[in-house]
Amino acid sequence: MASTATLHDPQGDAHSAHGVTNTGLSNEKLAMWTFLGSECLLFGALISTYFLYRGKTLSGVKPQELYDIPYTSVSSFVLLMSSLTMVLALAAIQRGDQRRLRVWLLATAFLGASFIAGQVYEFTSFIREGMTMKTNPASSAFYTLTGFHGVHVTLGIVMLLSLWNLSLRGKLGPERSEVVEIAGLYWHFVDVVWIVIFTIIYLIPS
Amino acid sequence: MSKATIEHDKGAAAAGDHGAHPTEAFYIKIALILAVVTGAEVALYYIDPPDAANISILLVMAAVKFAMVAAYFMHLRFDSRILRRLFLSGLVLAILVYVAYLMTLGVFI
Repeated sequence: MASTATLHDPQGDAHSAHGVTNTGLSNEKLAMWTFLGSECLLFGALISTYFLYRGKTLSGVKPQELYDIPYTSVSSFVLLMSSLTMVLALAAIQRGDQRRLRVWLLATAFLGASFIAGQVYEFTSFIREGMTMKTNPASSAFYTLTGFHGVHVTLGIVMLLSLWNLSLRGKLGPERSEVVEIAGLYWHFVDVVWIVIFTIIYLIPS
Repeated sequence: MSKATIEHDKGAAAAGDHGAHPTEAFYIKIALILAVVTGAEVALYYIDPPDAANISILLVMAAVKFAMVAAYFMHLRFDSRILRRLFLSGLVLAILVYVAYLMTLGVFI
């Protein structure tokens, strides 16, 4: 590991062993926040593309004609509550409560999976109504944006189930709580992205 | 004390104090507030046909929810200032770049 702390102390110590640098922060946490900062630009590009095309579509079914706001509101609520269960999982590992850690991790993964199931149902019903990826530029931008978000949630579920498995095998003690914290940062980020998507794509008309 | 430890302590001071994380009851209160704001958003969507004022209120409510999740669930309120600046840099850059891009293409005009 080439952290600054390691450079100052070639013999290594407890800090360098855990990846702590002279910023007082671990490399992994710093990397995750940097990644999340860059993800703002990625989702900004996808949201902007949708904004650009949603009012300029001349043919075919437009996404805003098919939105089911009560249904999407429930999905949004489910994802919002998964952030609560995620933060409760972190609190559980920090106090060494492995059983509750596993319960909250599974609850978060379940809520995330429910959100994805809802999205699959929404996409299926939209396609049945005649709006496919190729119908018009607005539909293409809609599926790309929400699909990309869905892929992020799916990756988050894989992370959560991996953490659950590690905990089950006794490899996720309180000393490794930062691993859960970093996965939690990713999970909360996909939640805040959906907060933005739900408001400006679904609730605000073109 | 090793040189690395001294460097780490200096860095930690520069990064800001890492406060203790809130209690579970506090997290539940935040989640309840988020649920209420989401309900208010949906109610606003149905009560009036969205005009400029309603759109502004919806955007403010989304910003409040975003800020609450980032501050309390992601612990930006309690963690190092470096992390806050790192994330805000990406966020502010994205907002500026894409608003400028969309304005150039006449989306908001």
